Amino acid sequence: MWEALREAVDEEMERDPTVCMFGEDVGHYGGSYKVTYDLYKKYGDMRLLDTPICENAFMGMGIGAAMTGLRPIVEGMNMGFLLLAYNQISNNAGMLHYTSGGQYKVPLVVRGPGGVGRQLGAEHSQRLESYFQSIPGVQLVACSTVSNAKALLKSAIRSDNPIIFFEHVLLYNVKGDTQEGYCQPLERAEIARAGSDVTILCYSRMRYVVMQACQQLEKDGFNPEVIDLISLKPFDMETIARSVRKTRKVIIVEECMKTGGIGASLSAVINETLFDDLDHQVIRLSSQDVPTAYAYELEAATIVQPEQVVDAVKRIAGSSRQLVAA
Amino acid sequence: MSALLHQLPSSCQGYAPRPSVPQQGLKGSAPQVQCRPTRILSHRTLAQAVSAPPAAPEKSKGKDKPKQQKSLTPEVAKDLYRDMFLGREFEEMCAQMYYRGKMFGFVHLYSGQEAVSTGVLRAMRPDDYVCSTYRDHVHALSKGVPAKNIMAELFGKKTGICRGQGGSMHMFSAEHNLLGGFAFIGEGIPIGLGAAFGVKYRKESIGLEGSDQVVASFFGDGTCNVGQFYECLNMASLYKLPIIFVVENNLWAIGMNHPRATGPSDPNDTEPHIWKKGPAFGMPGVLVDGMDVQKVREVAVEAVARARAGLGPTLIEAETYRFRGHSLADPDELRRKEEKEHYAARDPIPQLKKAILEGNILTQDELKEIEKDVLAEVDAAVQFAEESPKPDKAQLLENVFADPKGFGIHEDGRYKYQMPGFSSGNSALV
Repeated sequence: MWEALREAVDEEMERDPTVCMFGEDVGHYGGSYKVTYDLYKKYGDMRLLDTPICENAFMGMGIGAAMTGLRPIVEGMNMGFLLLAYNQISNNAGMLHYTSGGQYKVPLVVRGPGGVGRQLGAEHSQRLESYFQSIPGVQLVACSTVSNAKALLKSAIRSDNPIIFFEHVLLYNVKGDTQEGYCQPLERAEIARAGSDVTILCYSRMRYVVMQACQQLEKDGFNPEVIDLISLKPFDMETIARSVRKTRKVIIVEECMKTGGIGASLSAVINETLFDDLDHQVIRLSSQDVPTAYAYELEAATIVQPEQVVDAVKRIAGSSRQLVAA
Repeated sequence: MSALLHQLPSSCQGYAPRPSVPQQGLKGSAPQVQCRPTRILSHRTLAQAVSAPPAAPEKSKGKDKPKQQKSLTPEVAKDLYRDMFLGREFEEMCAQMYYRGKMFGFVHLYSGQEAVSTGVLRAMRPDDYVCSTYRDHVHALSKGVPAKNIMAELFGKKTGICRGQGGSMHMFSAEHNLLGGFAFIGEGIPIGLGAAFGVKYRKESIGLEGSDQVVASFFGDGTCNVGQFYECLNMASLYKLPIIFVVENNLWAIGMNHPRATGPSDPNDTEPHIWKKGPAFGMPGVLVDGMDVQKVREVAVEAVARARAGLGPTLIEAETYRFRGHSLADPDELRRKEEKEHYAARDPIPQLKKAILEGNILTQDELKEIEKDVLAEVDAAVQFAEESPKPDKAQLLENVFADPKGFGIHEDGRYKYQMPGFSSGNSALV
């Protein structure tokens, strides 16, 4: 996947001289997960700007450059670091198009690795999507496969809106084919698996956890529909509504914390708009509201595991399956 | 940018700094007021401050006697006087309008500090950039934004410079390269830095020869202790960016007297001296009397030329004073009468008027004419704001996203913004 993301950056920098990248170790080092590996040799130090460690300032610098004609991509070496840049992301990237009465736009991509890795400890295992979701004027996109990673990053770079683009620490070495030069719509969800008896909404790494659960579920005769949200904000209500009306049962599987998570917003929207189409209350399988422990067993217990998805499906879709069989 | 110059300019000596006017020290009795030295900024010290590029000859031979200031041309005198007078009259009108319930919220007026805005911005080009703070009305005026559009913005009207969506603390004008007012301390400095980076990027990476704009970043003494300030000083100097940092040191961050908030920059100093932080970050630091528009202009011209020549940033500390409270909601009880009177006596506008008349650069009538014209413009601005329409609800969602696809896809498959009634103002439009 890092190669696909790298191709996206390379192609967009090739195509548009105003596209550039700011961040810690994005130039000579090539990015914390090699997403800009060796690109500085082709584009030079200024377009792959190795910044000092000052997240708030270089984030604001990216916004100021975006306001005045550039298309910067700002990398958070780990997305958790961007808590230090929250002032700039929220007040300037998010609101400035509005407070300026539409005079300035902020075509900026904020990207980087997040999520629970392999025992990275509490601070490096954060999932900030839930923190950013209530900032008006910002879109949140989470890639998950090689195919959508490149196509989404290309669209994000071309978008005139500030986009926070979530990658995942454990997915960088995933293999797969890209969609060549295709720019995938940022606001569209993806159907990872068509199905009929339950709708499982997930994103980023949780897609893999859910698909792993599906192998077991298929053996048990279930036919779950798996939707990868891709757009964490705004939600693709067409794809979600169509699936919910078909299956009438919803399980949300997310890696961010349960309290105030993406799933909390998603569940509320579903309850408000699709209440009459639900046979069961919306289930949220989220990470525990705990700092992510270092010890592997505790870390594993923090996030959703495939067995939990299987249990949840059986709990709410089990009965209808027998009805069909009988 | 392999040509990353690391030529660190020599540190510099500003003129003798303002002896402190300490308020209540942590201990001890109330100190009495010492007034500020009136020695003008000698050209020599400034020349030292600006490490002239090797090619340019040394400006002055280091004679001690400060050189006579370049005399004002009538044209420049008119420009400076009008700009300061407009700034003052506009802000005083704002106070009136605020107390008459025409504008609300937090309004931070610039009265008293006009020499800094006028001194810097009237020495810059229209295509240069400025980023301000919440005390931004007069920066906008000095940058050429029409008074009527600023007043309409303060009245929350549709014809406001930001369509009524920004308000007093968020004045923007793309046409004038006003990158904004910013409500949080230090929040605008990185934005200005980004614009400066863009200028250098367009020249060195895209090869746009004419890209030589300069950014002026304004903020106050209170801002000199927040992280973003130092982060930006470092990057501006590191990348030799065309930006000048203008500290409007008005001694007070709401109720916090500057010496109580800021330690000395030099171990053997007892005063903070913000300008001395410049050399610590590899750029000249210049102290200037922020109540004298000619001195501010002189310093600005040098600093802007330095930035435009690609020699990097300058940190300018302008010692100035705000004649009103922090905002119109500030009871302003801590600042002592003596201090206020001391600075009122050095009001930059009468100071300039005196210099103009004594130097018979303009006549009394010409000044009267300017004043009359400004008063008319301010009154017209109020009338324009008064008569302008209020924003209607349809405007609510128009500038949330540059690309309205950001609102997402509706159940029926269309993008929400394409739905009828979307503009009636329900962003969820569920």
